Amino acid sequence: MANSETPLLDELEKGKWPSFVKDLKQAAGKNPMARDLIHQLELSYKDRIGHWKHGGIVGVKGYGSGVIGRYSDRPDLFPNVQAFHTMRVNHPTGWFYKTDTLRKLCDIWDKHGSGLTNMHGSTGDAILLGTTTDHLQSCYDDLSNAGFDLGGSGSALRTPSACVGPARCEWACIDSLDLCYNLTMTYQDQMHRPMFPYKFKIKISACANDCVAAIARSDLSVIGTWKDDIQVDQKEVLAYASSINIQKEVCDLCPTRCMEWNGKELKIYDEDCTRCMHCINLMPKALRPGKERGASILVGGKAPIVRGALLSWVIVPFIKLEPPYDELKNLIERIQDWWDENAKSRERLGELIQRLGMRVFLKAVDLPAVPQMVKAPRTNPYVFFWPEDLKKEVK
Amino acid sequence: MAARTDIGPPNYKTMLPPVIERNYGDWLYHEILKPGVLMHVSKSGETLYSVRAGSPRLISTDHIREICDIAEKYCDGYLRFTSRHNIEFLLDDKDRVEPLIAELKDRGYPVGGTGHSISNIVHTQGWVHCHTPATDASGPVKALMDEIYDHFVEAKLPAHVRIALACCLNMCGAVHCSDIAILGIHRTVPKTDNSRVPNVCEIPSTVASCPTGAIRGDMKNKTVTVNEEKCMYCGNCYTVCPAMPIADPDNDGISIWVGGKVSNARSAPMFSKLAIPFLPNNPPRWPEVVNAVKNIIEVYASHARKHERVGEWIERVGWERFFSLTGIPFTDQHIDDFDLATETFRTSAQFKWR
Repeated sequence: MANSETPLLDELEKGKWPSFVKDLKQAAGKNPMARDLIHQLELSYKDRIGHWKHGGIVGVKGYGSGVIGRYSDRPDLFPNVQAFHTMRVNHPTGWFYKTDTLRKLCDIWDKHGSGLTNMHGSTGDAILLGTTTDHLQSCYDDLSNAGFDLGGSGSALRTPSACVGPARCEWACIDSLDLCYNLTMTYQDQMHRPMFPYKFKIKISACANDCVAAIARSDLSVIGTWKDDIQVDQKEVLAYASSINIQKEVCDLCPTRCMEWNGKELKIYDEDCTRCMHCINLMPKALRPGKERGASILVGGKAPIVRGALLSWVIVPFIKLEPPYDELKNLIERIQDWWDENAKSRERLGELIQRLGMRVFLKAVDLPAVPQMVKAPRTNPYVFFWPEDLKKEVK
Repeated sequence: MAARTDIGPPNYKTMLPPVIERNYGDWLYHEILKPGVLMHVSKSGETLYSVRAGSPRLISTDHIREICDIAEKYCDGYLRFTSRHNIEFLLDDKDRVEPLIAELKDRGYPVGGTGHSISNIVHTQGWVHCHTPATDASGPVKALMDEIYDHFVEAKLPAHVRIALACCLNMCGAVHCSDIAILGIHRTVPKTDNSRVPNVCEIPSTVASCPTGAIRGDMKNKTVTVNEEKCMYCGNCYTVCPAMPIADPDNDGISIWVGGKVSNARSAPMFSKLAIPFLPNNPPRWPEVVNAVKNIIEVYASHARKHERVGEWIERVGWERFFSLTGIPFTDQHIDDFDLATETFRTSAQFKWR
C-alpha cells in the first residue's frame, strides 16, 4: 500500500470526537477543490503556518458583502484552490431547519463549491467554504431562487443572531426570534452594502443567561429581563427541596442575598433582586421571570482589535419590546448615525464612546443618564459641564 | 430566473416543528433527563424532547445529508443547531428518543453537552481557511475534545465549562469571555516587504491601524517602518496592508486564558484572564496545549464548589492559589501593560501564601 499523502491529518481521524478530517476526505472523494484543500492543510501542519493569501475583493451583483475572497499562496502546488472564496449564507433565525431546506443548500453547494461548510460560523451564518470566482454569481442566483440570502461582512451590519427564545425556552422575556428576524429584514441594505466605519453586530438573548454571548461580542446587545417580582410557586419550591439544598445552592449563592428559606417557604425580597437568573435556573418549575417583561439595551461590546476587548455597557435599563419595535429601531438608527458621523475608519462603537465619552454619546442619542448605567460614579474630579449649565459672566 | 436581492433568510417560522408552533411562548419548565437530552413541558401539557449531539463544525454536504436522514427518521425532518455548533434533534414522541440516541451512538455522534458538562468548543477557521491565523483551529479542538470527551457525554463538573478557541487576536467568535480560552498569538513583528508596500498598501491607513503607534510612514521610500519596541504583534496592520505578513512558524503559538463568562447568573459577565502566555504549535495533536487545558479542568473539578464557574472559583480562592494549585508559573507577562493596566494591580495588603 502506498504511503498516505496526509500522515499528519490522518492522525486526527483517530479518537472519539467527530473528526473534521473525515469530512474533508469525504468531500475530497467527490471534489478536486476539497482534494487540494486537504493537501494544502497537510502542508500547513508540516510548516506550522497558514497558506492563504490576503483576501481580494470579490462579490455578487448589487452586494458589497457576503463573500470573502480567499486565494492560496501555493497555487503552483494546489491549483484547484487558487481561488477558494467563502459565501456567508444568512441562517434561519435560531438556527432552526427543516431537512428539505438543508438538502437544497447541500445540492447548491455541491453544484458550485467544495462541498465543505461550517454549520455555523461564529457570527451565525451558514458558511459555504470555498468556490471559484466564476461560480459566485451563479451560486448566489441558485441560493436566492431557493429562498436563501447572504449575510453581512466587512464594514456592514453583520448578520444579527438570537437565542432559541420562546420557541423552546421558558425563560424568554422577549421574542428574541421575531425581533431578530424583524431587524434582519428591516436592515437588509445595511447588511449587504457596507456603509459604516467598521462592522456593527446586533445580538439578542431573551434572558440574562445570554446564550448568544451578546454582551461579550455585539455592538448592540439586547438582553431580555423583567421589572416586577419573580413568580413563585411555593408548592414546587418545596418539591425541589428533595433534590437540591435550597439554602446552600439557591439562597447562599444569590448575589444580592435577597432570599430566605425556612424549610417550607421561599421569601424573596424582590427590591434587592438584580434578576441574575441563578435561582430560576436551578428551580425552573418553581420560579419564573416576572410578568412585566422587556429588555435591557447595552452597547459597545467587541473583541480586542483595535484598542482592546470591551463588554457592552447599559444604556437603556428597561424597554418594552413589541412589534413593530419602532422605539428600538429609532434608537439603533440614532446610534448608528452618531457613530457613522464621528468614528474613524475601523473604529467600533465602543471605542468611539471611549474616545469621545459616554456623556457626549448620551447627549447625541438623547438618552438620560441613570444610575443603572454605572458600577459606581466617577472617582476623579475632572468633571465637564455643558455651557448651558454655567452662569453667564455678568459685567 | 433573475435572482432577487435582499430577500433575507428563510423565515424561521417555516422551520419550526409543529409542537413548537403550537406551544410557542408557552413553555413552563424543562428537565435534563440525562446528558444530552432536554425535556421541555408546555402549559398545554405537550412535551418537546431535544437530543443534543456534538459536531466538528467543519462538515461536508454528505455529513449534513446524514444528519437530515437521521432527523427525517426520528424527528419528521426538524432539527436545529446551537450557538456552540451542536446539532439538536427535536421531537415530541418520547418513544423515539432512545432509538434516536442508539442510532446516533452507532454512527459515532457523541450525545451530551448539557448541564454541568463541557459543551462543544466554539472555534474559528485556522489554517483551513484564514489568512491571519497564528495556529490551526479545527486541529487543536479535535485533539482536545478527544481527550475531554467524557466531560461532553457526562455532566459531572461543578458547573458548565465553556471552552473556545480563536486562531488570532481578531477573535472571530469572541473567545475572550470563556471559562477557558485558547488563543493563537504571534510574538514577532511583521516583516515589511518594502518592494510591495508602495503597490498594495495605503500608507496613512496602515499607520492608523496600529493601536500602539508603532508604525511610521516613510514617505521618501513610499513604505512604512515598525518600531519593534512598541509593536505588540496584534497583526492589525497586516489586515490593512498585505505586504506586512506577521506569521512566524517558530514563534507563533497558543496562549491560555481562564475565568471568563457571558452569563449574568450569580456574578456579572467577565473577561478571561491570562493563565499561560505561550505554548508551541505542535501539530497534529498539540500535546502541550491539550495537557495544559486538561490540568486546569482537573484542578478546577477537584477544588470548585457546586455551581461555581471557573472564574467564580478563582475569585473565591484568589489568583495566587490558582497558580499554586495548577502549578502554572507566574511570569511578568501575566502583569498587564496596556491601557487600564493599573486597574489590575493589587492595592491592598490582603493576599494569600497558601
